[in-house]
Amino acid sequence: MLKRTRQILAALFFIGITLLLLDTSGTLHRPLGWMPKIQLLPALLALNVVVVAVLIVLTLLFGRIYCSVICPLGVMQDLLARLGLRKKRTRYRFSAAKHWLRVACLIVFVGLTVAGFTGLAALIAPYSTFGRIVTHLFQPLWIGGNNILAIGAEAIDSYAVSSEEYVFYGWIPIAVTATTLLLIAVLSYRNGRTWCNTICPVGTVLGYLSHFSFFKVQIDTDKCITCGRCARGCKAACIDTKNHRVDATRCVVCGNCFELCSTKALVYRSSWKKKALQKTETPQSVDKSKRAFLIGSTLLAGTALAQEKKKVDGGLAVIADKVSPKRATPITPPGSHSARNMSQHCTACQLCVSECPNNVLRPSTDLKHFMQPTMSYDKGYCRPECSRCSSVCPTGAIKKILPPEKSAIQIGHAVWIPFNCVPLTDGVSCGNCARHCPTGAITMIPHNAADAASPLIPAIDTEKCIGCGACEHLCPARPTAAIYVEGHENHREL
Amino acid sequence: MTRKHIARREFLKRLGLGTAAATALLYGCQSKESAEATKEYQDQQEPPKGKMTMRTNPTTGDKVSLLGYGMMRLPTTDGGSARGSQADIDQDMVNRLVDYAIEHGVNYFDTSPAYCRGESEHATGIALARHPRNTFFIATKLSNFNEDTWGRKESIEMFENSLRELQTDYIDYYLLHGCGMGGMEAYRGRYEENGMLNYCLLQRKKGRIRNLGFSYHGDIAVFDYLLSRHDEIHWDFVQIELNYLDWDYANEINARNTDARYLYSELQKRGIPAVIMEPLLGGRLASVPTFLVERMKQRNPQASTASWAFRYAGTPDGVLTVLSGMTYMEHLKDNLLSYCPLTPLSDEDNEFLYDIARQIVDVELIPCNNCKYCMPCPYGVDIPGIFVHYNKIKNQGRLPLDRQSPDYARLRREYLVGADRSVPRLRGADHCIGCGQCKPHCPQNINIPDELHKIDLFAERIRTRN
Repeated sequence: MLKRTRQILAALFFIGITLLLLDTSGTLHRPLGWMPKIQLLPALLALNVVVVAVLIVLTLLFGRIYCSVICPLGVMQDLLARLGLRKKRTRYRFSAAKHWLRVACLIVFVGLTVAGFTGLAALIAPYSTFGRIVTHLFQPLWIGGNNILAIGAEAIDSYAVSSEEYVFYGWIPIAVTATTLLLIAVLSYRNGRTWCNTICPVGTVLGYLSHFSFFKVQIDTDKCITCGRCARGCKAACIDTKNHRVDATRCVVCGNCFELCSTKALVYRSSWKKKALQKTETPQSVDKSKRAFLIGSTLLAGTALAQEKKKVDGGLAVIADKVSPKRATPITPPGSHSARNMSQHCTACQLCVSECPNNVLRPSTDLKHFMQPTMSYDKGYCRPECSRCSSVCPTGAIKKILPPEKSAIQIGHAVWIPFNCVPLTDGVSCGNCARHCPTGAITMIPHNAADAASPLIPAIDTEKCIGCGACEHLCPARPTAAIYVEGHENHREL
Repeated sequence: MTRKHIARREFLKRLGLGTAAATALLYGCQSKESAEATKEYQDQQEPPKGKMTMRTNPTTGDKVSLLGYGMMRLPTTDGGSARGSQADIDQDMVNRLVDYAIEHGVNYFDTSPAYCRGESEHATGIALARHPRNTFFIATKLSNFNEDTWGRKESIEMFENSLRELQTDYIDYYLLHGCGMGGMEAYRGRYEENGMLNYCLLQRKKGRIRNLGFSYHGDIAVFDYLLSRHDEIHWDFVQIELNYLDWDYANEINARNTDARYLYSELQKRGIPAVIMEPLLGGRLASVPTFLVERMKQRNPQASTASWAFRYAGTPDGVLTVLSGMTYMEHLKDNLLSYCPLTPLSDEDNEFLYDIARQIVDVELIPCNNCKYCMPCPYGVDIPGIFVHYNKIKNQGRLPLDRQSPDYARLRREYLVGADRSVPRLRGADHCIGCGQCKPHCPQNINIPDELHKIDLFAERIRTRN
């Protein structure tokens, strides 16, 4: 019963969050957007007192069910462990808790966070690690599948599916994420919840809380025949059969041991009464029917494969890809208030990166802001009608704003590079930046003040400029635009 | 039933009892209805041989087929047309089309050194060289648009090269190409200051050019000027744009265009035969708004939309031939059906088409024919792609205009997704910088940057209002 409930809830959370991270259409964040927001670390960073309090109370009552149900990385490890279990159902064994390692990891994590290296610290944060795995490793496949559907839809003149552009963020994020996944996969395939019980900072905090939880898994010494079956089936390696003790700091209340125990000696009950019970012998059959479900759902994400078919460019001038300039100050999205707020609060889960419909947000490769979102205008610009990143961010790194507010937030300002500007280089009239500036911050003025007929060049009123990047994206100068946006460390309301 | 249809029945009867008997034998086991349906199908789909309407050239006495083959949209190996595709011309297919056309009476082939990225004359030459030289007429042009070719030497070389490519030692119909584009200035630079007009007149005397004419686009001053010199030059023919939309509404679709009614009547006054181009207005009269297709089908359920335009263009007596750039066998067959033989339109039919024209004008599309002369845009914008998509949506009445409408969200999505599908984002209207380099190339005189900016503004508006 406990196990079944756990499995169903875990499946809902896992599938929900995975879909939310994969989705590029922006339709899922309304029904599912709350799921990342109840993750512990994002809630802590967002100073969401209610969620944190509820999670603490939940843990104090029932133990680490958070790790079994709500945490997508935990559920993913259970799925991987299941693959390992195929061969042999009971193959774990009890090991003593590695308190020093757990505490050390926690200290390093907190230390990095306090020192402002949240991006690096987040490399071992559970939810954002899962976010990166899905976004960097599985979303390309999802987009491929989507684009196959889009080709089909176009063929039958349907507008239900539109094709999405896959933006390559560089090898570093992919390599780091793949390494993390590999590490977690090997650990969980072989030893179940090792990651959660040694490295994961959330697991450690909740683990020590669980020590005091009201309901715990316990061994009824009267019934226990000390066969050790439960310990061999415990993915958290926390059942010490010799001493008839279950280490509550590592137990994730999965309920697997209950059905393994032939004498029903394992019970989930109040830790305040420790009554001995009579021995009985009722062997239980193992229920194998439920397994395929969760595994199937993860594999589903990996089946589709395709690249968008390149259309033939009949009689079209070849245009070079835009290259973003090295910005002295990286640009952070409106709502993030400041570079500092971003670096302190962001766990780099990539949800905003995945959601951005204009392909503006990218994971940073800068160590201090590792994998935290930064803005780039080579594929699009921060459009005035969109504030999707601010509504999905679970950590408060990007605070909720509405599109009208956004148009009054200055996140940077435009800078003009004369030697790239086409009126001066190609001798043609242009003004595309001025034409598209949503705040009217750019006016075209004669290059030579004395000669009204001289080429018109952009004059930027930096007080009006909000740094949206329309000018940079739409500037015809390639590969480097003649007008680009320099970020502001502190955003300003105009 | 139209007269055209009855005439075809007559024709089949006259083909002889033999055919009838053969058909009866072949379909003997079928019911009478089924055999009739088969015949009906053939009547509708298979053009007859030997029935092509011919027109006589008053100067040379040439008997010219009313359908002329425009060699500017030749098929390519990727199944497209050489106008849109970058692939090589499918010579086998060109040969088949030319053979089929000649078999069914077509004898006028119109090409240019500029067509199909410069490959048209070569392909035309290969296809035609397989037929006796006296069974067809070749039309080609002095297409010295580029200022690099305005020189006398370069222009003469262009003429000589045409002869080589077309594997012949004389051109039946030679045209000064696109007079009026770029105004008087371009005309003088291309044909008078370099003495090319006199050179052509000399070649006509020598017999290397049998008929000399010009094709007209754009500035009416050039047209009037050239006709004013008719007594001295004696134009053997003039090529103009004529269709039921351009007849009275050329102004409405484009302020700088001249109604075909004027152009045609000026030619008639002087007894100059007219060669008709753009009978379909770049295909626009083949795909008219859906509600108009319904009206045309009500009038004649079996006639294609295009066939109305072809019959219209072929009806006036002063028309020597009507050019159609046919890529596919289906186009060729459909056009042959309209002219084998031509059933002239009645006054009533004409009125019907003018009424259709009025309604097309009301829809006010951008008069882009997708000729791609404006391309490539140096800044990578896919100009015709943008216009074609916008026109298509507007034509179907599916622009998301009314935010209160319950359809708004759906139409908005269709417009934006459709735009992404037809033109990559990096080549969209918002990337037009307004440099205006495309403008002089447009034979329809569209103010391209203006129109692109309007479309950009429209898209921007619906993007921000969801």
